[in-house]
This record gives sequence, structure tokens and C-alpha cells, in this order.
Amino acid sequence: MTATAEKSAEAGAIPSMTVTLKILRFDPDGLDGREPGTEYWEEFQVEAHATDRVLDALHKIKWEQDGSLAFRRSCAHGVCGSDAMRINARNRLACKTLLKDLNPAKPIMVEPIKGLPVEKDLIVDMEPFFASYREIMPFLMTTGTAPERERLQSPEDRARFDDTTKCIMCAACTTSCPVFWTDGQYFGPQAIVGAHRFIFDSRDEGEWDRLEILNDKAGVWKCRTAFNCTEACPRGIEVTKAISEVKHALNTGEI
Amino acid sequence: MATEHEFDVVIVGAGGAGMRAALESSQRAKTAVITKLYPTRSHTGAAQGGMAAALSNVEDDNAEWHTFDTVKGGDYLVDQDAAEILCKEAVDAVLDLEKMGLPFNRTPEGKVDQRRFGGHTRNHGEAAVRRACYAADRTGHMILQTLYQQCIKQEVEFFNEFYVLDLILDGDPQAAGEDGEVAAAGVVAYSLATGEVHTFRAKSVIFATGGAGKVFKTTSNAHTLTGDGMGIALRAGLPLEDMEFFQFHPTGLAGLGILLSEAARGEGGILRNSEGERFMERYAPTIKDLAPRDMVARAMANEVREGRGCGPNKDYVLLDLTHLEPKHIDEKLPDITEFARTYLGVEPYTEPVPVFPTAHYAMGGIPTNVQGEVLRDNTHVVKGLYAAGECACVSVHGANRLGTNSLLDINVFGRRAGIAAAEYANATETTPELPADASAGVEQSVARLRDTVGGSGTERVAQIRKELQETMDRNVQVFRTAESLAEARDLVIELQKRYENIAIHDRGTRFNTDLLEAIELGFLLELSEVVIAGADGRKESRGGHYREDFPTRDDENYMQHTMAYKRADGTVDLSWKPVVITKYQPMERKY
Repeated sequence: MTATAEKSAEAGAIPSMTVTLKILRFDPDGLDGREPGTEYWEEFQVEAHATDRVLDALHKIKWEQDGSLAFRRSCAHGVCGSDAMRINARNRLACKTLLKDLNPAKPIMVEPIKGLPVEKDLIVDMEPFFASYREIMPFLMTTGTAPERERLQSPEDRARFDDTTKCIMCAACTTSCPVFWTDGQYFGPQAIVGAHRFIFDSRDEGEWDRLEILNDKAGVWKCRTAFNCTEACPRGIEVTKAISEVKHALNTGEI
Repeated sequence: MATEHEFDVVIVGAGGAGMRAALESSQRAKTAVITKLYPTRSHTGAAQGGMAAALSNVEDDNAEWHTFDTVKGGDYLVDQDAAEILCKEAVDAVLDLEKMGLPFNRTPEGKVDQRRFGGHTRNHGEAAVRRACYAADRTGHMILQTLYQQCIKQEVEFFNEFYVLDLILDGDPQAAGEDGEVAAAGVVAYSLATGEVHTFRAKSVIFATGGAGKVFKTTSNAHTLTGDGMGIALRAGLPLEDMEFFQFHPTGLAGLGILLSEAARGEGGILRNSEGERFMERYAPTIKDLAPRDMVARAMANEVREGRGCGPNKDYVLLDLTHLEPKHIDEKLPDITEFARTYLGVEPYTEPVPVFPTAHYAMGGIPTNVQGEVLRDNTHVVKGLYAAGECACVSVHGANRLGTNSLLDINVFGRRAGIAAAEYANATETTPELPADASAGVEQSVARLRDTVGGSGTERVAQIRKELQETMDRNVQVFRTAESLAEARDLVIELQKRYENIAIHDRGTRFNTDLLEAIELGFLLELSEVVIAGADGRKESRGGHYREDFPTRDDENYMQHTMAYKRADGTVDLSWKPVVITKYQPMERKY
């Protein structure tokens, strides 16, 4: 967001500093004498403030130094899920990571999220990720005629699945999972989170259809409880816990 | 992938309005949704506080009170027939979403819970009423997710990361006159992934492309909200209505513009100046901090102007939540308090949060009737062309939108547009033929921009955009005068000339976001000119448009909508359209 500079100037006290970003780039077109598909590291220096987001630094590069640097972003405050990337070897949203939370004395390493095909620079093909989400039937399933007014749900029942409704589908969890990196068939944590949101919704009647899908060889049993997903989630969702609740439902037949 | 497509209905945009339309349209006709983002990235997901509907789940309420509040909140520039529909259909709109699975917060009895919001009152202004249905402070996120989930269920066909750049019409809207006919024929889109240009023939086209907040520097809007749909309509010869009315949301995080929901005040938050005073008591004695947004934003800006701002530069006020229980904050306002912690390092449990108005919402847009059909002048529609959501102007928001009425708008009028578009398509025998050179315009402009790489152009997209946004913030924000508007217009005209001389960096075909930003800037430059023209022509103060040189509302001369047209020679013309009044005569607006 362009307003950052103003904020920093106003605050006055926030010191400006030179930050180095090392970005893993991927050139699909083969420009400037490169082969199409060339992968290479490129280093940029930008003047920034400690309170700037990594996204602000990336924008400074794109807007002032190299317009060809490609990354996705939209809302710039952590709700749209566009800008998940690997920053200093951890999956994070570039718009929710402030420079002061990294060590700005060292180069900040920025790479695309892992396990999905890279399209250009920090942009990956999200289609396999969304395909897994579609697989788990992520919509309310009910039988019988709908009531005239709303379906009733107690605040306690509503709270039961609150955590997994927060998911913004940024893919930070799925692409931090070592099982997903090596096994493209695995649905990945996000799809299980998406299923959890409905399985534990008292209004839903499709829970066993979804659990059956997740019981599949590409499903929850692939999870090795590495906890990478929970650490990676920029929304603070307890992903591993959600997965274990799904496993527990499958083991016990109880929801 | 083939680059020529044919559908009954093509929907441009996959936010709330676009997907709500798609759910109706795809049940009735062959439908495609074309979106420059993935659907779940749309800015509907950033909406926080709630969706208004007189459900009467927690206290007595009715659609008539809601209609009155909407009309009064909009400073009587609202078309009252449209507002009646909005408020009457609100109840079903909420219940529909609940049945689709939306996880609303619940009352102890298990009903959809409701809370207070600015300008929503009991019995024509007696006191604040609980009308906003909500899911914590992420209601928009839940709506976007729920609609996307239903689209998956219905197997709606999406073209993700396709950027629509042209609307093909059969007939010239500015030459058709009284008896002529103009109809939609399709759209032309640029595929971000491949750089190819695609054509979409369609019987009906729905624009649901969202807002244009990026004409301003301090904004709650996403980087991608560049008014593309409005700009395309304008270039196609269609008018834009009431573009001078832009809403500045009172509580943006100071310096950043990130939205902090009005729900913070609905849940009991208080605005204070440097003296610790609850200053809204002076500006709106009855409902205080829950006055409509235009009044609160102006009050805040005024406090700062008169030296009662906070911080080292006295340039913001404080949103105080410290008297609320942390548990209550966590339950009702978890996201926005996290924004304060993440971006300003402020702990809202114990410290007040620095806030200042941020450009938030375009009340104006592509004019439509209540079926969502796009108007090409005050009375004639373009057949088969529809618009809904923020890019459209029905007009239910008039001069100032009430909080929670936009999530309502996208659902009510998205649904209506979806049904109308599909019904029109089904009643239309053949899909219009596109002219052989339908894609030529887009191909040329893409090629022209790509050819600037390494060329003689000396101007940078980011620099021009920065200057544009700075002048809009300085001159066209909460306070406006003839002089400030003239200054802004002169600079915008100069920037438009400089834009002709830009050079971009990326000559690649795949994911050329450099090219995309250059195209977006073109729309921002044109729309800014329209905003300024409307603001200059409206020599009164009403709702979100405040002229210091004309500080009062002038119903005799300006109780009408502006209609801005771009002429072939590039000039912007303003004309006027009457407001539809059904039962509420304008009164002085006091809260």
C-alpha cells in the first residue's frame, strides 16, 4: 500500500534502512538471453522502514527497479490470501510480514511456495490446490425441505467449527507440508480444513460423505503430524488439531 | 485453449455480486464468470461488520424503518423505489445465505444474531437498532466463501485471472437516441497466464467488477480495485452516475487506511480527540459514534483541523475500545484488533487505536434500473447489459451508504441481475455475432504497451499513479472547494498526457503484471476526471460530498443525480437525472 511512506514520514521516529531481498525468479518466456524456464536468484536493495511489509518492499522493487518481477497480491492486509510465499524459508503472507519481524541485517530470502508448479517468479499454478478443495465437497449438504426461517444453531455448536471458517485459501499450510511436497496425490491440509468446517457444522448432513473421501489413500492418513501447517497458517488456525479431529471422527465413528 | 467463447450469460467479476448473480444465472442459462483474480481473492472478503436486514431477531424492527434510514443516510439522493426493494428483500437475502451454510453468529436461542451499526435506527431515528447480521468481524469473508462454495456445488464455470478490457455493444449508445436500440454482444478479455486475448460472445453481460478506491492514496481498497468495469462502460459511451460521491470510512488505521469495522463502535467503541473528549456527542447528540459515516468522517477531519488531533503530528484521532472486556473483543472483533496489533503495534485491550478516514466505497457507478439493466441515458436501457454491486449505481446508497448496506446490495441486486440476465438470454433466440475485429482494440492496446519496453517512453506507471493518488487525497477527499478541484483536474489532465509517454519493463507474455498495472492506471486516470467533474458540478454539500464553498444541501437545484458521459473528443459532460421519491420528502438530516 502506497500510504506506508506517508505513515513513516509522519511518525518521524521510524528509521529508514537499506534492506536486501534475494528473490528466486523464474522466467517462463526466456527473455534477455535466458532459456525459457530459467530459474535464478536475483538480489535487490531497497530503502525501507522497519514497519513496512515485505509486500511494500516487493512493490518498491517492482515499481522502481524491475517491473517484470511478478507476484500476486490484492488486499494487502492478510484477508484475500493472494500473496503467500516462502520468506526466509517459512511460508507467510508478504502483506502480513513486517520487515522488523525478520532480521533486516541479513538478506531476506523470498521464494515461491513449494509443491505447486511455478508459473513466473513468485506466482505458482494454484489449480491443483483448488482442485483438492473442490474434491471434499465444500458446501452445506442437507436433506428434507428447508425451513422457512433460518436453521437454528446454538452459539456452542457455532463455536465448534469457528476456527476452520477463518481459512482464506492462501495455500500456506498445504505448501508447507513435507508430505504434500513429495506426494502430489495428497489432498493437503487446506482441503482437510475445508472439510472440517462442514463436518463439524451441526446443520450439515454430508459429514460421512466427506469423511469417506478423507479416509481415502490420498486423505488424512497421509498426515504425519509435522505441525508445519499450523505454524504456517497466517490466520492462526490450528490446522493440525483440525486434522486430528477428522482422524478421531474416522477412528471412533463419532463427530 | 480456444480463444473464442460463446455463452448465454457472461458475468464479469467474481466478488459477492458476481457470484450471487452466477448462482441464479447458471441454474437457468449457460453461464461463465470471468474474473481478473481467483474468486476467493475478491474484496467482498474484506468486508467486516455485517449485512443489514430487519429480521427482528433481537428487537423489534421492520423493512420500512430500514428503508427510511437508508434514504436519510443517503441524504435523500437515494432512489426510494430501489431502497424499498433493497430493504424488503433483505430478510430473504440473509435467510438464503444462512441456508447456503453461512456461519452467522447466533443468539442464545440459535437465531441469526444482530448488532448495531451506524445510521440504522428504530422508528425513524429514535435510537440505534440491532439490524446488522454478522459473523464476527469477517462477515464479507463468510459471504464470499459461502457463495464460492455454492458455485462449486453448482459447477459454475470460471475463467480465473482473465482481465476483461472491452465491452462489445451492438449500436452506439451516444447516437442511438430515443428510438434506436443498443444491445450487449460480448466482452474481450486478456488472459494473464498466457497473454492471449479471448472473445466471449453472449446474449447477456453482467458487470460486477467492484470499486475504484485506488484513485485515492489512503484507502481501505485492495490494490486491484481500479474501477475497470466502470472505466470500460465509460469508454463504451455509457454514462456513470453520481461518481462525486465517494465514501470515506471513518476508521482506517492511521497512515495505512486499513479498515477497522464500524462494528467496533457498534459494539461500544468510542472516538476520542487529543483532549480525551468523546467529540461525536457534539456532532450527533442522539446516536453519537454511530452517526452515518460521512458525518463521522467529517467530524474527525474537523477535529484534526482544529488542532485536537492526536500523535506527534496531531493528524489522527483515537478509537477507544479499552473499556470493553477483552473476551467480548475477541469474540466480536478478532480480526480488526489483530490488524491494530500487526500493523501499528497497538494493543486494543489497553491502548486506543489511531484512526483516520480512508477512501472506502463508490456510491456512484454504472447506472441501472432495479432489474440491474444498464441505462445508456436517463431512461433507455442497453438490452442484455446488467451491472450489480459497487460498480453499479441503482441508486440505493444515494450520497452516503450506510454500513452493512453494501453486503446487502450485492446479494439483493446480484441476485436480481442474475435472474434478469438469464431470462433475457433465454428469451433471445440467437447469440449476437461479434464483429470480425472485436478483439482488435484490446490487442492493439496490449501490443502498444508491450512495445514501450525499452522504448523512448520516459514516464513510469508507479510515479504517475502516486501523483494521481496524492492529488486526489489532497484535493478531492472529505473537504472540497472549487480551487482544490481545479488543481486536481489540471494535474489529472497533465498526468493523462504523461501516461501517453510511459514505458513498462516486462515484454513477456506470461503473467505480465507490469502490463496489467499500466492498463489499470489508464482506468484510474479516466475515472478520477469523472469524480472531479461531478464534484465540481455539484455546487452543494450532500452526504459524502462536502464543498466548503457551498456548505449546505441545496434541494432546489441539486436533488438529482449526475450522469457523466465521455464524448468522442475526450471531454466529460455532466447531465442530471431526477431522484425517484416515493414517500420520504427531504428533511434536515440530524442524528
